Amino acid sequence: MLPSRFEYHRPGSVEEALGMLGDLEDAKVLAGGQSLIPVLKLRFAAPAHLVDINRIPGLGDIAEADGALRIGALVRHNQVASSGTVRGGYPLLAAAAPQIADPLVRNLGSVGGSLAHADPAGDWGAVMLATGASVVLTSSRGERTMPVSEFLIDVFTTALEPDELLTEVRVPTPPPRSSGTYLKLERKVGDFATVAAAVQVEMSDGKIGRAGIALTGVGTKNIHAVDAEASLAGAEPSEAAFAEAGRLAAAAASPVADVRGSVEYKRHMVEVFVRRGLTTAAAAAVA
Amino acid sequence: MQITVTVNGAQKSVDVEPRLLLVHLIRETLGLTGTHLGCDTTHCGACTVLLDGVPVKSCTVFGVQADGREVTTVEGLLTAGALDPIQAAFKEEHGLQCGFCTPGMMLVGKTLLEKNPSPSDDDVRWAISGNICRCTGYMNIVKAIQTAGRVMAESAASES
Repeated sequence: MLPSRFEYHRPGSVEEALGMLGDLEDAKVLAGGQSLIPVLKLRFAAPAHLVDINRIPGLGDIAEADGALRIGALVRHNQVASSGTVRGGYPLLAAAAPQIADPLVRNLGSVGGSLAHADPAGDWGAVMLATGASVVLTSSRGERTMPVSEFLIDVFTTALEPDELLTEVRVPTPPPRSSGTYLKLERKVGDFATVAAAVQVEMSDGKIGRAGIALTGVGTKNIHAVDAEASLAGAEPSEAAFAEAGRLAAAAASPVADVRGSVEYKRHMVEVFVRRGLTTAAAAAVA
Repeated sequence: MQITVTVNGAQKSVDVEPRLLLVHLIRETLGLTGTHLGCDTTHCGACTVLLDGVPVKSCTVFGVQADGREVTTVEGLLTAGALDPIQAAFKEEHGLQCGFCTPGMMLVGKTLLEKNPSPSDDDVRWAISGNICRCTGYMNIVKAIQTAGRVMAESAASES
């Protein structure tokens, strides 16, 4: 399958890329390409210009600074999976990264690209909602930082302006006595999630200080289960509390029936995964 | 667009349309048909090649993205007419039936062994989870990759 014709641009710096995004009509950024190229091949999209950012130095780093993990725009899924910093301090990210797509797609696909693509079945959206992450959006006009909860608007729709580049994802460093996990149901490796749940639990004086809960594949975007989160803030960790959070998360989900399962099945799996994830994460947080 | 790609060690300069996929560049422009085009939707892994030593699905990369980089295809495994240990092991262990997935399986197996010379069953199955075999020959594919690891370790030991 061949995409429609496009003009190919390969900037060597962020400044050059921003200039192109500002000047060119109907341009798309090519990062890992593992979502964009299939979309172009199916001709769901036919942009006039592709701006390939893969040769821009300095966008491929993972670093911890000022209380946050900074993930550059070109950091690949496999880089997150194998990062010692991630494994050491960001258990939710460490759990999610190896479950994305398949090993070959993970070699190219990027965290930033996945967020900017905003597929409701994308895994990073849920992970970043649950961790309370932000994205840095850069254009020739300047830079703005926005919580992922505001960035993700609808199916394949984000707050990114046409002249902006998502240059960095910032994940707050979880406090001590925190943990998280990502539970994903998929028919086979590489399939879109039937259902997935991202949870993070931050303990404080034996109680839950903050809980982060978000869902994949059960709405027109990754769903931030804020009622479920609120039900746990300040609560004692208990089977009953986690079961209630599971029920609230299931109520927040709005799945559609497809080949992967019925509405009832998916909603039920949200409940199971959120309860199970919270139980696992809370135990790991105090271990 | 004029690009230069090092394919299996040889520099190739070609003029390609930006929308040409790497798999078509390899198969049609360069005539290296060992790389297969299977699903064309990033699922099956039949089109796997190494881009700067990293396995990728060449149906989901544009040829122009390989400009100035190194591509290794299954043809590149052969050294001076001799089979690579991974190729010999696939032959020895009957790691293929129809052979369609085999180039991808071997390239992924080879990169796995570079990082993990004696992988467990699970390690191999994890590594090849983006490559589909429809003859359902996974048992022997796993064995072949492990055998190649053993052979490579033995020949490294005998050389030192």
